[in-house]
Amino acid sequence: MKLNWKELRKTIYIFATEKTVGFTLISIFLGLVVGAIFLTAAGFNPFQAYGIILRGIFSKPSYISYTIIRATPLILTGLSIAFAFKTGLFNIGAEGQFIIGSVVATATGYFLHLPLLIHIPVVIISAVLAAGIWGGLAGYFKAKFGVHEVISTIMLNWVALYFQNFLIYTEGFQKPGGETSYSIQPTANMMILKTWKQSAAGREWLLQHPFWKDLLRTPANWGFIIAIIMAVLVWFVLNKTALGYRLRAVGFNRFAAEYGGINVNKNMIISMFIAGALAGLAGALQVVGVSHKVTLIAAMEGYGFDGIAVALIANSNALGCILAGLLFGALKYGGAKIQPFMQAPSEVVSIVIGSIVFFISIPRLIKLILSRKNKKGGTK
Amino acid sequence: MGYKNATRSLTKVIEMKNITKKFGDFVALDSVNLDIFKGKVHALLGENGAGKSTLMNILYGLYYSTSGEIFINGEKVNITNPNIAIEHGIGMVHQHFMLIKPFTVAQNIILGREPISKMSVLNMKKALKDVKEISERYGLYVDPNAKIEDISVSMQQRVEILKALYRGAEILILDEPTAVLTPQEIIELIQIIKNLTKEGKSIILISHKLKEIKEAADFCMIIRRGKHIDTVVVSETTEEELASKMVGREVSFVVDKKDKKAGDEIFSIKDLVVKDNRNIITVDKLNLSVKKGEILGLAGIDGNGQTELLEAITGLRKIESGEIKINGNDITNKTPFQIINNKIAHIPEDRQKRGLVLDFDISENTILENYYKKPFSKKGILQYNNINVYANELIDKFDIRPKKASKMARTLSGGNQQKVIVAREITNDPDLLIAAQPTRGLDVGAIEFVHKSLIEQRDNEKAVLLISFELDEVMNVSDRIAVIYEGKIVGIVDAKDAEVEKLGLMMAGGGNK
Ligand SMILES: Nc1ncnc2c1ncn2[C@@H]1O[C@H](COP(=O)(O)OP(=O)(O)OP(=O)(O)O)[C@@H](O)[C@H]1O
Ligand SMILES: [Mg+2]
Repeated sequence: MKLNWKELRKTIYIFATEKTVGFTLISIFLGLVVGAIFLTAAGFNPFQAYGIILRGIFSKPSYISYTIIRATPLILTGLSIAFAFKTGLFNIGAEGQFIIGSVVATATGYFLHLPLLIHIPVVIISAVLAAGIWGGLAGYFKAKFGVHEVISTIMLNWVALYFQNFLIYTEGFQKPGGETSYSIQPTANMMILKTWKQSAAGREWLLQHPFWKDLLRTPANWGFIIAIIMAVLVWFVLNKTALGYRLRAVGFNRFAAEYGGINVNKNMIISMFIAGALAGLAGALQVVGVSHKVTLIAAMEGYGFDGIAVALIANSNALGCILAGLLFGALKYGGAKIQPFMQAPSEVVSIVIGSIVFFISIPRLIKLILSRKNKKGGTK
Repeated sequence: MGYKNATRSLTKVIEMKNITKKFGDFVALDSVNLDIFKGKVHALLGENGAGKSTLMNILYGLYYSTSGEIFINGEKVNITNPNIAIEHGIGMVHQHFMLIKPFTVAQNIILGREPISKMSVLNMKKALKDVKEISERYGLYVDPNAKIEDISVSMQQRVEILKALYRGAEILILDEPTAVLTPQEIIELIQIIKNLTKEGKSIILISHKLKEIKEAADFCMIIRRGKHIDTVVVSETTEEELASKMVGREVSFVVDKKDKKAGDEIFSIKDLVVKDNRNIITVDKLNLSVKKGEILGLAGIDGNGQTELLEAITGLRKIESGEIKINGNDITNKTPFQIINNKIAHIPEDRQKRGLVLDFDISENTILENYYKKPFSKKGILQYNNINVYANELIDKFDIRPKKASKMARTLSGGNQQKVIVAREITNDPDLLIAAQPTRGLDVGAIEFVHKSLIEQRDNEKAVLLISFELDEVMNVSDRIAVIYEGKIVGIVDAKDAEVEKLGLMMAGGGNK
């Protein structure tokens, strides 16, 4: 069979260089190829490894549920970074904003005693506001003193980390005998069907319905739905509202925005506030939905940094963040399984993700490779 | 004699054959042919968006044609990127320069082709010598040790030309080189072009200014909407003929303007002092006023404080002292937002930096100052239907091409970008319109239209402040002309009594105060 290589190459070229979605898919594919090369070099069968990963994601309802739970905070931190990016700012601070969000959620979730339907919204809103202010601070530093947001957000990340550790050692908040905080009140817990799951009737029913039993074994919660709503909301605000117009104008060309009467400084602060709020929401949802408390952390957990990769893969598109977050969550969750099943290092997943980001960040490399080939082939 | 006969005995260095370029389903170039002959200046003339820059970008390898062939010295070539073009002796000076600002002139010129001595060390001595040699040979005088950020636009242009020559260019493409130059600098550039052709270089010159084409070019190719219309021998044609071939109708060069009595003073500047980026006073106790129903032209040589003056009026630069008033309201050191709301509109000098958000489409750019107002927004939600209707109105009225509101500003031709800004600012119907180089890069038809629009503003009892390096424009359109020199107004004359020589003298500092 003779494949028309030249035609194919031309199609790939157009696909890769002119259609951003196509370009992203090619980058993901290339990332997987790089991972396969590493696996092969280390003496593992890449098809077997990718097979394990795929089965590890899809073969059981609980696996899918875990994947989604993993993806939820990444979608939100990805959104945070994508949002800032669309408005011309580089939010390295999602990490710290996430921490502030989770600390405030734990504090309000533990100290406040409120009825069920009120407690969760209060917890989430206070966490989101606090993280928004934390993010807005970086915007304020930039507007007022000209401190670049990359510098200030990195600094604020560390402040947030030590703030959390400090609180954990504070009496009244620290759970005696552990390096963790107390857990939030049951009224602040957002797990799906939490009480019913443990009731006698619930257990009876689940025994007869293995699909649901497996699914509800996980801390399945409403966080994913909230993340999707936020992605749609972010897309709507950016593209359909006057506020979004202002923010994008500042992001694309602050000189033209200033000329057009838009207050550049104010909008930078607003943008960083919203970015911080989104990352804080990720932290809050993680607490009310999954962890229910905060623990002592020795180093950054990486939710914010992974968010950068998610935003890059999504090309800073709000809806793309959902897909990129899911991809990322799936790779992380499923990828962990190649270690126990075939003793292959699960770090391969980091290599895959790193390569995808690499290929996406350098579209020119792909263009160059393809155009070189085109040249050799000559054009008609 | 005709084009065929005139070129019979010449050496063809470039032949572009049946070049077609499509962007999506939009045909920017439709089977265009172009021949370039050794030692000759070949002009490209065409309306805004006709496809001139696109054709040249294809020759220089920045775009790849959808179909067509290119021959250099009779040999077929495949130019997929600028490096290949450079290898074939093609150099290009873009309208927006591509120099590295903190580097010196010499460093910029040798960039990418650095002379290396033994041990692979950069041989700066040789570099300086080479640069000096080329610049003397063609009369392209520059200071090789000056930093780019400290030299004028015309000097930067010379650096771009030198850079191309240093890389061995035999064919030099100049894309609207004179749009950013003052009249004196244009004369110098034409001299440089003549020196280059004398040495056997071939020049492709894109310009909207027919006078320059008459003066500098041997042949002129006319394109209209991507199609080749005609190629003529410049010495056998007239400016009027060129213009009508280009637009497809007769173009009037005289500005049609009724006499009119100006009204009350509406805008005034008192003892204004403004500093530039280096903290040097560049607007120095300046006084000026504009009346309702008049166009006040501001004439002056670039760098005498015009830029800082405009930025101060529009709230983009801090005012040290003095006072600016419109309609009796003090707008000194107010924000751009407040100043816009005082009914001042501004066509900025630098269209790509200030005037447009290049990554917005045409429709989004038309509402830059009004996006939050009805009918464009309701309760904070953008009303895209209304925005599109409005954008399409402007597109029709100002003949922005292509007629597609969703086209990204970045992909518009230079002249059409300018039209978007002019359309937006004039349609805002300001009490004072500040127009800085409003016709820069526009074709003759569009210039005619902008001039008419400015005069219409004035006839509607609005005030216009026109800043232009083109003395012709200032003299034809204005009612009064103020001359700025070293940050001060050194004289004001009635446009009817203005004489070029006298204005020129005042602009050079020999004013009658
Ligand atoms: N990258 C692009 N994508 C889509 N359309 C483009 C792109 N570049 C140019 N065009 C379109 O091609 C046409 C020709 O543009 P070009 O810049 O060649 O015009 P021009 O003759 O140089 O005009 P001007 O005198 O205004 O500079 C225009 O309609 C322009 O909008
Ligand atoms: Mg052009």
